[in-house]
Amino acid sequence: MSDPDSRYLLRSRPPAEKLVDISFRNLAIAMASVVAIVLFSILVVVFQGSLDSMARYGWQFLVTSDWNPVDDQYGAGAAIYGTLITSLLALMIAVPLGVGTAIFITENIIPKRIRDVIGLMVELLAAIPSVVLGLWAIFVMEPFIRPGLELLYQLFNWFPLFSTPPMGPGTIPAVLILVVMILPIITAISRDCLNQVPPQLRQAAYGVGTTRWGAIINVILPAAISGIIGGVMLALGRAMGETMAVTMIIGNSNNFSVSLLAPGNTIAAMLANQFGEADGSQVSSLMYAAFVLIVLTLAVNIFAQWIVKRLSLKY
Amino acid sequence: MTTLQQPQATESHNTDVALSLQNVTISYGNFEAVKNVYCEIPRGKVTAFIGPSGCGKSTVLRSLNRMNDLIEGCSLKGSILFGGVDLYGAKIDPVEVRRRIGMVFQQPNPFPKSIYENIAFGARINGYTGDMDELVERSLRQAAVWDECKDKLNESGYSLSGGQQQRLCIARTIAIQPEVILMDEPCSALDPISTLKIEETMHELKKSFTIVIVTHNMQQAVRVSDMTAFFNAEAVEGGTGKVGYLVEFNDTDKIFNAPQQQATQDYVSGRFG
Amino acid sequence: MTHTLSQNLSGSGPDLSYRPFLRRNIGSGVLSLIAAIFAVIAVLPLVLVLGYVIVQGGSKISLALLTQLPPPPGLEDGGIANAIVGTLVVTAIAGLIAIPVGVGGGVFLAEYSRSGWFAQFIRFGTNVLAGVPSIIAGVFIYGTIVTSRILFGNAYSAVAGGMALAVLMLPTVIKTTDEGLKLVPDDLRRAALGVGASRFVTIIRITLPAAFTPIATGVVLAVARAAGETAPLIFTALFSPFWSDLLTPEGIFSPIATLSVMIYNFAIEPYEFHNELAWAASFVLVVMILALNLFSRWLARFAAK
Repeated sequence: MSDPDSRYLLRSRPPAEKLVDISFRNLAIAMASVVAIVLFSILVVVFQGSLDSMARYGWQFLVTSDWNPVDDQYGAGAAIYGTLITSLLALMIAVPLGVGTAIFITENIIPKRIRDVIGLMVELLAAIPSVVLGLWAIFVMEPFIRPGLELLYQLFNWFPLFSTPPMGPGTIPAVLILVVMILPIITAISRDCLNQVPPQLRQAAYGVGTTRWGAIINVILPAAISGIIGGVMLALGRAMGETMAVTMIIGNSNNFSVSLLAPGNTIAAMLANQFGEADGSQVSSLMYAAFVLIVLTLAVNIFAQWIVKRLSLKY
Repeated sequence: MTTLQQPQATESHNTDVALSLQNVTISYGNFEAVKNVYCEIPRGKVTAFIGPSGCGKSTVLRSLNRMNDLIEGCSLKGSILFGGVDLYGAKIDPVEVRRRIGMVFQQPNPFPKSIYENIAFGARINGYTGDMDELVERSLRQAAVWDECKDKLNESGYSLSGGQQQRLCIARTIAIQPEVILMDEPCSALDPISTLKIEETMHELKKSFTIVIVTHNMQQAVRVSDMTAFFNAEAVEGGTGKVGYLVEFNDTDKIFNAPQQQATQDYVSGRFG
Repeated sequence: MTHTLSQNLSGSGPDLSYRPFLRRNIGSGVLSLIAAIFAVIAVLPLVLVLGYVIVQGGSKISLALLTQLPPPPGLEDGGIANAIVGTLVVTAIAGLIAIPVGVGGGVFLAEYSRSGWFAQFIRFGTNVLAGVPSIIAGVFIYGTIVTSRILFGNAYSAVAGGMALAVLMLPTVIKTTDEGLKLVPDDLRRAALGVGASRFVTIIRITLPAAFTPIATGVVLAVARAAGETAPLIFTALFSPFWSDLLTPEGIFSPIATLSVMIYNFAIEPYEFHNELAWAASFVLVVMILALNLFSRWLARFAAK
């Protein structure tokens, strides 16, 4: 062979090849930008859509709960209150359950095989569509818990939170179905965080003679707490934005009631219910409510990201 | 010890120089890793970079085919001339640089493809038009791994042992027929027998290629190289880390038997640190 | 042996035997029991929901149900066939949009700019977008695509529904791709670039194939999640009691039935047969989604080998 190089035609890259290289890079940048564009457009579309309503009702919109398409009078106070109260109550129930379950499936209390099955089932629970949970809530869960709610009413109707007779759909069933929905998130994230605690920490704790739960409470949970709090915040964001199951079981009442046994509403449920048939200033008011929901969930999610970043520096 | 009588390589003419480093300073962000390197790497020889860890020898090696471009924040001042062209010139395409200056890495890193495809991949993207079967065989033979591979060319590159994988990686580099082959501690992950085989391979390869090898093994430098560059690192005033610099560059024989610098003497005689 | 050992324990040596009624041991046992009860409560909903879906829905599955259109309100003869097809169509449209865009974005993050300000910003944006409630995706597509009739004058359509689902899938696909590519050792990238491959060739021929399984696993999960979404579809894809004519463009540019919206609509109707169809649709949807989930799990395990 004369010159070995002569058989490598592309030793010098032809312009076409360079063009492909550069185009691909730019394409990737463009694709990445789509995220920013979509996010930005969501904010713009919803904000613009709500301008009319913002101008007309201002801050009053957030605290009044008069929602009347006939009189063209709108206030989302009841829905905002419902969003907050359902998600916070759901969180109060789901956090101990989820973290407890996560501890149970990361510690070797029972054989790994069974723990893995529990973990798998919780993850599969997360895969069940919310609309199916809603269906189940309407036809199975709500009739099942109604006697309990009746009893609650009879015993505690002097207490404002339980001051109305249960009528089927209501805030408490919505809270319970939200618990079912956010439990897998809290469990999965807590489990990952607990698994990531370095084994040396656990050995150190056992080495000084603590019991299993001594190690869990004093060493392992504190080491994993930042991630768990992040996961709880994500779950809170999810609960606030959760739509279908809640819409189907909360009763969609526009009237404000402090009683948890009465039908209520959330922003997401209101949107799902009314957006399709709304027009005029009702659309604008729904957009305003949607904007409030975005701000709430964004705040919670950004806080979650911040807290994970902030606290995870510790160990 | 036999001395290879080479004409003064350090002062050789341009045609005998494969790569010429002119006042090269490489930084990671604001931190200078290696500073003010002048060095002329002769064509058709094996040049070894030795020195303690953190002296920047691998950094310099990677700069020779712009592998440092992959490290974010890594920048280079000065110039590296290859056939009179500055590799860091504004119009230089690093991909073309790497087609002419190949590289073998510290860890064997075959592609997750068949042995055959491992060789053919590079040749194909270089637009190779010849007989691919012949090229695969020739490359594997040159890298002294043909006997182990010939019956399982369609098996995954991972089915080979570590030493065989590294020779496969050498074959892969040979297959693109570069002018220079850079080797970054190619034997550090291998056992002594594999190391020996790779060293034998290198003796064959230097007939056709210029080789630059980084090694932390001084005996290896003595065994395989014609020229040796000794790098050292020292703390700088006001700086946080150590900065590497080139202490001495000469015939391997001279570096190990009659070094000019005390630091070199200390290092090669094991009285270092 | 045992005799001397026990003698030793009760005798002069230190007593190291486990005393179950020591306060710390009782406490530990009680806490373990509580954790176990919590775990059972956490698993219970899945068992109950799956049980009811199988009993109420699975028992109604028949050939007629899988091949016929839903009946008008009040009548009792028909099936959910158009919704099954519709779910597949809308999910496919969403995948066709979100997977290329998401993989492209993930490639940018992992291969071109790991720590640049723009990459950090996109990563942050991806996390934020992942937290946007699904109903908002519906509102967004309604406000941009449906009301403007930008899709050839059509308002509600399968394509609009697919776009809304794509908004939800996008962050998952990007994250999966980003993380999948980060798992590919840099050694491989250097190997490809070292033989003179361009970035494009390195990514297409080496790193993307090497990261195929983790990416595929995540994409399958994203598809499964999108298939079950309802909120973004209610006022984008709307619903249709008829077949969509998928052989012509009008088919995907007109309203389309989906299983999830069918469940929602039929669950809140007062007709018993429609309620039953909702259970049957739930069964089909849950089977599809769980199958996808188990498939992705199998993919991941397959990769681990």
